[in-house]
Amino acid sequence: MKTIARLALFVCLIATFAAASGPAAAPLSPSEQVLRVTDEVGHYGGRLVIGQRAEPKTLNPVTAADAVSREVIGRCNADLITINRLSQKTEPALAESWKTSADGRSFTIHLRKGIRFSDGQAFDADDVVFSFQLYLDENIGSPQRDLLVIDGKPLTVTKLDQYTVRFTLPKPYAAAERLFDGLAILPKHLLAAPYKGGRFAAMWSLNTPPSEIAGLGPFRLKEYVPGQKIVLERNPYYWKADRENHRLPYLDELVFVFVGGEDQQVMRFEAGETDLISRLSSENYSMLSKERSREGWQLADLGPSLEYNFLVFNLNDVDSKKLGEVAIKQAWFRNLKFREAVSAAIDRESIVKLVYGTRGTPLWGNVGPGNKLWMDSSIPHPKRSIENARQLLQSTGFSWNGSGQLLDASGRLVEFSIVTSSSNTQRMKMATLVQDDLSHLGMQVHVVPLDFRAMLDRVFQSFDYEAAIMGLGGGDPDPNPEMNVWLSNGATHIWHLNEAKPATAWESEVDQLMQEQMVTLNYRKRKRLYDRAQELISQNLPFIFLATPDVLVGAKGQVGNFHPAVLDHYTLWNADELYLRQNDGVERAGLR
Amino acid sequence: MRRKLVFGLLIAALIALHAAIVFAGFIAPYDPATQNRDIAYAPPTRLHFVDSGGFHLRPFVHGAVVDADGYGEDRSHEYPLQFFNRGATYKILGVIPANLHLFGVRSPGQVFLFGTDSYGRDELSRLLYGGQISLAAGLLATFLTLAAALVIGTVSGYYGRWIDESLMGSAELFLALPWFYFLVGLRAFLPLHLSPTNTFLLIIAVIGVIGWARPARLIRGIVLSARNRNYVLAARGFGASDFYLLRRHVVPETLGVILTQAAVLVPQYVASEAVLSFFGLGIAEPVPSWGNMLSTLQQYNVLVAYHWLLAPAFALVVTSVTYWLMADAIHHWLQSHSI
Repeated sequence: MKTIARLALFVCLIATFAAASGPAAAPLSPSEQVLRVTDEVGHYGGRLVIGQRAEPKTLNPVTAADAVSREVIGRCNADLITINRLSQKTEPALAESWKTSADGRSFTIHLRKGIRFSDGQAFDADDVVFSFQLYLDENIGSPQRDLLVIDGKPLTVTKLDQYTVRFTLPKPYAAAERLFDGLAILPKHLLAAPYKGGRFAAMWSLNTPPSEIAGLGPFRLKEYVPGQKIVLERNPYYWKADRENHRLPYLDELVFVFVGGEDQQVMRFEAGETDLISRLSSENYSMLSKERSREGWQLADLGPSLEYNFLVFNLNDVDSKKLGEVAIKQAWFRNLKFREAVSAAIDRESIVKLVYGTRGTPLWGNVGPGNKLWMDSSIPHPKRSIENARQLLQSTGFSWNGSGQLLDASGRLVEFSIVTSSSNTQRMKMATLVQDDLSHLGMQVHVVPLDFRAMLDRVFQSFDYEAAIMGLGGGDPDPNPEMNVWLSNGATHIWHLNEAKPATAWESEVDQLMQEQMVTLNYRKRKRLYDRAQELISQNLPFIFLATPDVLVGAKGQVGNFHPAVLDHYTLWNADELYLRQNDGVERAGLR
Repeated sequence: MRRKLVFGLLIAALIALHAAIVFAGFIAPYDPATQNRDIAYAPPTRLHFVDSGGFHLRPFVHGAVVDADGYGEDRSHEYPLQFFNRGATYKILGVIPANLHLFGVRSPGQVFLFGTDSYGRDELSRLLYGGQISLAAGLLATFLTLAAALVIGTVSGYYGRWIDESLMGSAELFLALPWFYFLVGLRAFLPLHLSPTNTFLLIIAVIGVIGWARPARLIRGIVLSARNRNYVLAARGFGASDFYLLRRHVVPETLGVILTQAAVLVPQYVASEAVLSFFGLGIAEPVPSWGNMLSTLQQYNVLVAYHWLLAPAFALVVTSVTYWLMADAIHHWLQSHSI
């Protein structure tokens, strides 16, 4: 009986491997400037299955805006210069090397020679120039366009020769090479004609035949089954090789199955149907931890993420006729002492404990300990104190009535609501904890869970809310992507949108600091400027920072070269080097 | 004789159930919103009778301590259970303030017979208080739905023709409406914060408006067949008025369907309040309801790891089974007495 079972298992294994075989890697040619990686040498074969929360919307790297689409697109495409997810520093990708001019305004990039797209066509400077033309085209409306427009002027790209391009920035820009991360280089030979015909934005949908899609990433599209999965196969012409001259990637196939949500991702992983899982919640992580040793999983708590969750009060200029109630309450919200009291009363340790099951970190500023390069460690972490909060409120004219309710100077009951997304259980929990904390100050707080889009509409469009709990950040650790939050005219300046000019003195100082750090090339000087901005933010509390979760990920034991990172994409960023160990389950991998 | 006994037992059970819920403040040992942040997801406190000193008639509990694999008991302290003790204040029937509780233990001991939830709140207290809102909303909404369904279904089935077509057409329209978008839209029109009373009425109204169509169609079907029965035709031949026919012969036929529908709808409506919470239309934290307590079970890890949080589901099952048996018993009784 046992023999039969083993035989059956063997047949099954053979079947999986046979089914997974993709095109073999093309032999390396000496004229190709491949990139050598120094990681552990793996071996070819196998398929890696990943559960996705939703179905991707498009395979077009220029128009994709959602994380799920980008998860797939990122594996099929490559950028010129990339941010190494572990070191958080830039390193060459399609650019073999680059030089920055002395004034920091121009970049000369030497491209890798002799490399090919996944359809076998050669790559050169024309593809780069063409790709940036797409990103900068206003009619296409790429979400990445904003990054490439500095001070209202776009950067320019010129081809110097077949393998050299020059980027010129309108103004010196700190850490400009980081801009290139994630900007996929597209094949001109496939897309030039549709672009001329004005059909580019509709190109590369999920229903496009695989033969019409090509990229420079480690994988290429093999098959899309609506509602079920996307199968990627090896790009046989990928431009990286390991120490022993094997062309990467090792895996034959990468399969994204659409499972529906985090819980379903966990169940599929538990059942052994998927091999990798990223961004686990702490509850699910603890649950998986219990079975870790039996199942041989590699689970990792990578420490604090770059995301920051915060409570924000509505300080927008609202129409007092339409939103009279909000306008009256804004008198409290605009009072710094009121915000300080709220901040002092919030028990951040409890949030970390109850929302993240201790796998998180309390925050007092927008840059947390996950961002080693930029955190200002001098920002104070005052202990929670109801006493201090009460004194602050008293000093600014608030008082309490007989039943302990807080009244403002004019005798009005302090009562407001916090909106939050009903689909985010973690933020709902934060809101409930904050509600309870503030009840100790006599504030009557109502938690209003709303559909995510309905909430965004209130926060960004109608301003019909009093306070909200939201989260931001999580991308690049550099300060520049944060500009849109802190500049007074930024699109994500949530607490007070559409400011014509800075509404307060400190906001205008932050504006100056952020603008200045953007054009300062020296890291130390930049750090000093950004530190000052962080101090101003933490003193003036436009956001009351709450906490950040740890990045929690997992993989099956046989996944080799598994080096998860706190930056997106946490587990698949090195998909080209991942491989499956053959003696599965026996060898237990140590994590770096 | 046996049936009478069953009937009596059922009535007693229903009365006990509702009394427990109406007097939640007295039976619940704690305030349902009090958080004990150090002991989130604590399992039910065990009652002990035996210690080193031998057997005690009065049960006692130990304090909870957190250890490596969860919660353990701190055996160094014993807290005997006390009856009719003073504790958190509450209001009887929402008016008379009181602080007498059926049971409790002396501080710093704590007793959580049904464990605690994700904020360390007493699950038993929340269950009892939550029942007040959920059962009232469920019963009222069911009553409203069935009353509307009875009127519309009867009129439609009995008079037929264009009345029937227009009413059933609108019922089909109601069944086909995309309620998701309707509710999102409805939320946008309402003020951000709704008081619990308003929310309560809103829930009943929304459920009633959405729910009438299906039972109305069932009732129409029965009325349609009942009005052509020979005895109805005979009565009509003797000159009976429409109202008399409906009252005497047609509407009583629908009683079975109404009772079974009621038994099905009450638990369904209690749970649907959790769905409304998702749109910001449900009972908001920290006020408990069975619906919002059940919604925490939508998280997979909660479902598999903290079995005591299934308490509202059990309460719902017990309540609905009792209602169902009651409906069944009434139906039998009516049948045996009607002819």
